[in-house]
Amino acid sequence: MAWLSDRRAATLLVFAVIIAALPLVFPSGYYYRVAALVFVSGFAAIGLNVLMGQAGQVSLGHAGFFGIGGYAVAIGPAHLGIAPWAATPIGAVLSAALAYVVGRPILRLKGHYLAIATLGFGMLVALVITTESRWTGGPDGMPVAKLVLFGWRATGASTWYWISGAVLLIGAWIALNLAETPTGRAFRALHDSEVAARVAGIDVARVKLQAFVVAAVYASLAGSLLAMMNGFINPDQAGFLHSVELVTMVVLGGLGSVAGAIVGAAVLVTLPQLLTVFQEYENVMLGLIIIVSMIFMRDGVVPTAARLLARRGQP
Amino acid sequence: MSEFVQFLMSGLTVGAVYALVALGFTLVYTASDVVNFAQGEFVMLGGMVTVFMAALGVPLPVAALIAVAAAVCVGLLLYWLAIAPSRGASPVTLIIITIGASILLRGAAQVLFDKQFHKLPSFSGDVPVNLLGAAVQPQSFWVIGGTALIVLLLYLFMERTVLGKALRATAANRLAARLVGINTTTVMTLAFGGSAAIGAIGGILVTPITLTSYDVGTLLALKGFAAAMLGGMGNPLGAVMGGILLGLLESFGAGYLSSTYKDGIAFVVILVVLVAMPQGLFGRRSVERV
Repeated sequence: MAWLSDRRAATLLVFAVIIAALPLVFPSGYYYRVAALVFVSGFAAIGLNVLMGQAGQVSLGHAGFFGIGGYAVAIGPAHLGIAPWAATPIGAVLSAALAYVVGRPILRLKGHYLAIATLGFGMLVALVITTESRWTGGPDGMPVAKLVLFGWRATGASTWYWISGAVLLIGAWIALNLAETPTGRAFRALHDSEVAARVAGIDVARVKLQAFVVAAVYASLAGSLLAMMNGFINPDQAGFLHSVELVTMVVLGGLGSVAGAIVGAAVLVTLPQLLTVFQEYENVMLGLIIIVSMIFMRDGVVPTAARLLARRGQP
Repeated sequence: MSEFVQFLMSGLTVGAVYALVALGFTLVYTASDVVNFAQGEFVMLGGMVTVFMAALGVPLPVAALIAVAAAVCVGLLLYWLAIAPSRGASPVTLIIITIGASILLRGAAQVLFDKQFHKLPSFSGDVPVNLLGAAVQPQSFWVIGGTALIVLLLYLFMERTVLGKALRATAANRLAARLVGINTTTVMTLAFGGSAAIGAIGGILVTPITLTSYDVGTLLALKGFAAAMLGGMGNPLGAVMGGILLGLLESFGAGYLSSTYKDGIAFVVILVVLVAMPQGLFGRRSVERV
């Protein structure tokens, strides 16, 4: 049972058990849907965490890639006759290519300058999607064809619960392993000190670009998944507020922690559902909770909890 | 020619508002290193509070004063309750706190006021002024003039007063400022209060032209942030130039190229400028110490 002591395997096992056990306590189909939303957002957040938590580069425009993935599975079947399962990887490749082209110049920027450049990129993607209504349906969005695999149609909340749960586990597994590869170690070196990383012989520009492309592919796949699950997509998926939401998930959960990205997604997706009881005070409460939790858990939920547990464990 | 002047004036008007938001960003950033994404909400508060005070029968100048005071209170509360307790947190954490504040303020405005668009009467009538063949709204002169006045006052404050010099010293080096006896907490309080006042005045001046509602803050914050970066973060003059440039680009872009891609033109220019000049148009080169 040596593999159990491995933190990576333990993290994956915990999430696999949670995903398998949750339906036992779900009273209705609505819970399947909320959980599936958490899984999809968690998947995107894991990818963004590779860029922000591991490589230490901020992106305020990541919903742009989410939108590209989503619109790929919408436009592919509707206008180009491509099956949804085939449109998903096409969207991911498009996102990766775009991330590569855009990332090369803008990743030279640092801190707030990188933030505004990525923000600008995200705004442009959202703007194109909103404007080119002949292809995208404009601000009203467009319907998305059902996913059909070998004659089997993926419909219903519980089906998508299992699909997105499995995808989330695969995504977490890849991200956990990535952290232990030479590339992952290069990300961390970059995070700690760009100059030191360069001195140690790391090709800083290439490594940043790799992290950016990885994060873009995660976001794009998550976008495709969500679009197929909802059977509908609109430009908000690519908008600034969604980018902010993704960044908040990563930071709230804990930068650099795969479990944190999932926890952050769980908090940000379920919170608005719970807050509907406050009716018109919903946004006030959401803002308040974000502020208070960032002040008291500035490292994020998972690292803070880990520290508290470690402290209690000591005699 | 008349078309050109028309675009120029509308660009200057919008640019003046961007400049005020960017100035607020810069003020807070130089004093505290915080990028305050709630900056746009001060503009919203300025407009909305004035509208609702005026609706209660308060004379317009008094309503405007109340609105500025309200925005300043909110700015100070933001500093005392959210920014001061999280001193030492990472820049991204601070950004998220201010985004949280912006969501909160928008939510509060939605409950306190409503979700409708509102207008204020123009300060000196609605008869357009003929300027080289272009019809210019009189309110445009209020916006441009008001912005110029604020920039001038801020300049005099920074250069001529002890408090202004303390602010510049804090911006240059916070630790050194504290060592020579400057109370940096006072300086930061001042920066948050001042940026709120500047934003609110911008909101009051522009509401007769662009209308206001509870959610105008987000896009203004983005444009203001972009303008501040365009000029080079932490440079007040750069912020003003960046704002005006952004306004002109949008106006001419919408007029001569494509109105649907108006917002896009601004962001394309920002991307190009940042790639060519990573420190913005007027920013200093920063040297990273290892």
